[in-house]
Amino acid sequence: MSTIVETHDDHGHHGPAKGLTRWLYTTNHKDIGTLYLWFSFLMLFIGGAMAMVIRAELFEPGLQIVQPEFFNQMTTNHGLIMVFGVIMPAFVGLANWMIPMQIGAPDMALPRLNNLSFWLLPMAFGILISTLFMPAGGPNFGWTFYAPLSTTYAPDTVTFFIFSVHVMGASSILGSINIITTILNMRAPGMTLMKMPLFVWSWLITAYLLIAVMPVLAGTVTMMLMDIHFGTSFFDAAGGGDPVLFQHIFWFFGHPEVYIMILPAFGIVSHIIETFSRKPIFGYSSMVYALTSIAVLSFVVWAHHMFTVGMPLAGELFFMYSTMLIAIPTGVKVFNWVATMFRGSISFETPMLFAIAFVSLFTIGGFSGLMLAIVPADFQYHDTYFVVAHFHYVLVPGSLFGIIAGVYYWLPKWTGNMYDETLGKLHFWLSFFSVNLTFFPMHFVGLAGMPRRYPDYALQFADFNAIVSVGAFIFGFTQLLLLFIVIKSIRTGKKASDEVWEDTKDWGLEWTLDSPPPYHSFTVQPEVK
Amino acid sequence: MKSISRVTRKFIYALLFLAPTSVFSEASDYNMPVGVTEVSKEIFDLHMLIMWICVWIGVVVFGIMFYSLFKYRKSAGAKASKIDDHFWLEITWTVAATLILVGMAIPSTTVMINAYDDREGDINIMVTGYQWKWQYKYLEDDISFFSNLATSQEQIDNDIPKGEFYLSEVDEPLVIPINKRIRFLITGNDVIHSWWVPDFAVKQDAVPGFINTAWTNVPKPGIYRGACTELCGIKHAFMPVVVRAVEQEEYDAWVVEKIALAEAEKLLNEKVWTKAELVERGEGVYLKNCVACHQTNGQGLPPVFPALVGSEIVMRDKTRNIEILMEGVRGAAMQSFANQLSEVDMASVITYTRQSWSNGKNGDGEIIIPQEIVDYKNKVDL
Repeated sequence: MSTIVETHDDHGHHGPAKGLTRWLYTTNHKDIGTLYLWFSFLMLFIGGAMAMVIRAELFEPGLQIVQPEFFNQMTTNHGLIMVFGVIMPAFVGLANWMIPMQIGAPDMALPRLNNLSFWLLPMAFGILISTLFMPAGGPNFGWTFYAPLSTTYAPDTVTFFIFSVHVMGASSILGSINIITTILNMRAPGMTLMKMPLFVWSWLITAYLLIAVMPVLAGTVTMMLMDIHFGTSFFDAAGGGDPVLFQHIFWFFGHPEVYIMILPAFGIVSHIIETFSRKPIFGYSSMVYALTSIAVLSFVVWAHHMFTVGMPLAGELFFMYSTMLIAIPTGVKVFNWVATMFRGSISFETPMLFAIAFVSLFTIGGFSGLMLAIVPADFQYHDTYFVVAHFHYVLVPGSLFGIIAGVYYWLPKWTGNMYDETLGKLHFWLSFFSVNLTFFPMHFVGLAGMPRRYPDYALQFADFNAIVSVGAFIFGFTQLLLLFIVIKSIRTGKKASDEVWEDTKDWGLEWTLDSPPPYHSFTVQPEVK
Repeated sequence: MKSISRVTRKFIYALLFLAPTSVFSEASDYNMPVGVTEVSKEIFDLHMLIMWICVWIGVVVFGIMFYSLFKYRKSAGAKASKIDDHFWLEITWTVAATLILVGMAIPSTTVMINAYDDREGDINIMVTGYQWKWQYKYLEDDISFFSNLATSQEQIDNDIPKGEFYLSEVDEPLVIPINKRIRFLITGNDVIHSWWVPDFAVKQDAVPGFINTAWTNVPKPGIYRGACTELCGIKHAFMPVVVRAVEQEEYDAWVVEKIALAEAEKLLNEKVWTKAELVERGEGVYLKNCVACHQTNGQGLPPVFPALVGSEIVMRDKTRNIEILMEGVRGAAMQSFANQLSEVDMASVITYTRQSWSNGKNGDGEIIIPQEIVDYKNKVDL
């Protein structure tokens, strides 16, 4: 018997405390995971509502619903909330739930730090969203907040924005330290690095990326703060500063950030594809090497966001080649997923449907990414809806579908109850249809010349914008169905077995636990052969 | 109202843009414009080449995937194999991907080197982005002017029907001759803007404190429309680019006319102006340069853009009033108009704001004449 179990025998309980303080004081990885996931879900609806405002305004030419000033606040906050408030917390929530269960540990290594890193987030977003109700209005300079629009020309509330970004960054760094410590120290005996589940691998790499780049973001916003309040001129040309410097350091953070938002999804879909193809993932080690190469390359491609900013020819070519290189490890991952399905025994439960959609639609986003890497062509694509189409394809049917797939896949394990499969499939097909209706035509309006971040546009873009808006509304309201499905499964779902799916014991330690799992996942470390 | 069938047809055409490109006219609503210059055509071909390669990779990969999903479905009794690795297969597709990328990189590099060429032009034009308009300065000839959105606020607010070139028309387009190497020197005055003309495949950021270069050589007369593509504040969508390319003779005549107009403008400083004349001229200047922030009714959009109505400075402090327009307000959105407005326009717009709304009644009612602006400039120069 391990000491952990004995201590708890003294207390005479194994369950959580009751009431609100359970959530406020909790140091339990599952409780904190749950908090992260619900927080992310709430933010999805807030950020989504902003997208609905944007699409309502863009439904036809002319200004109908909102003025440009508020429109800019919507695009900015939509981006910030979706990136920092939805995708990242959802991945951290999944990490909290799944990493201890997948490596055979009782909890995360640093439980109090875990509590802190979650509770920082509502503070950060409380500050950010409150600016929308202040007289000067919220941030309106785009989620990339290029100086000097975000410094000299920013509304006064930019200081709140800076503070909020600092707090988010602190939360991410603390969370990452916890994840790395857990993975490196608490694996079950016999689980060598090259036997770790791919989701754990993807998070190990993601956590290192976060620790590497979040301080850079904090530095960037601190320089902004100095420019705004303390008379420095980091980004002010009139004082000898350099507005382009802002973009270099922002994207030095920003490009790894892009992979932070996709790598954990790679891990999730790898598990789902092997489970529902009933066949081990093809090329496990090449999957790990691909993840690592993507992470390393992400540090040397940042200026491909800046091809039109005025760089020397050698710079343009270097960043074009380095960006194209990323297609190799990414391609290898896609080939491996397809090879896993090949000669499998495939069934199509909701998580698998989302995973298949992930592989196909993320790949479309990858193709447009490759096109964007081609510098001369990028002169035409840059800052148009083609770019908007590209990054929404990798982030919505990419990252978000990856998260949703993971939720459907593990929800029965978490709650002990199955979700409603019919409703799940309905949710999938509605999402799949509308996500394409929303984002595919954006390629066309972008190529035809509609710039992004425009509250109003020339008449030739009207037809496609109307279609995009209709798609966006369907997609937005479809996500309410997900909320319903999750609540229904928690309250009245059929009991799930411990394995949940067929023969899942082969696919990971989490399936060897009860459904729902005990409060302290593994009180006795399992042996991995 | 547009008919549904037209929308549907457009959508089908758009999907068909995976079909041969010759199906499409040059000004496509769903694909990158072919454009008119050598560079824009090369870029279009490159774009189509890369897209086709991607389409074919997609066909193969998705083909295998959907074949597997169908062939190896459990409901048809498929039994899973246990294969989980194949060294040579992994090597093969990694090498294949690399070769395809090298194949893409070679033509891309060639086009890039051609597009990137900052030798001097036959004509060199300084393009400066302002919130929210473009200034064009011809470096060889003494010509400089601003190009503002010409679409009326009523059209934007849906009060009247929208014109054919809604949001892509300006009061004064950039004029260039055909078959000449034109070099653009692009910079920004306040925030970062980006100057884009799709038909030339020219897009360069206008960054304050930097001068970027771009070039074009237009073989065909015509009107080419573009846009600002870097978020630059509230009116980002309302500062289009319009270029008129003309025959050499027409261009020469235009230059002569422009220079003559500038001379005539200078003479206006000497003229004796009445209050009514200044107010009338000032209203035009105000509608073109000031309404975006201070609004037609002079109430502004507080707190970012203060109201002019009832402002102590606008009603009583003439010296500060001139100073603000000449120097801008540091740390605020108000920019310096010293280079944007002629002395006459400056004097008349200040007079207009001091006479309009309730300001004329409640303030000191003093007018400002062009000479006062000239004096201010001379004083500052010392």
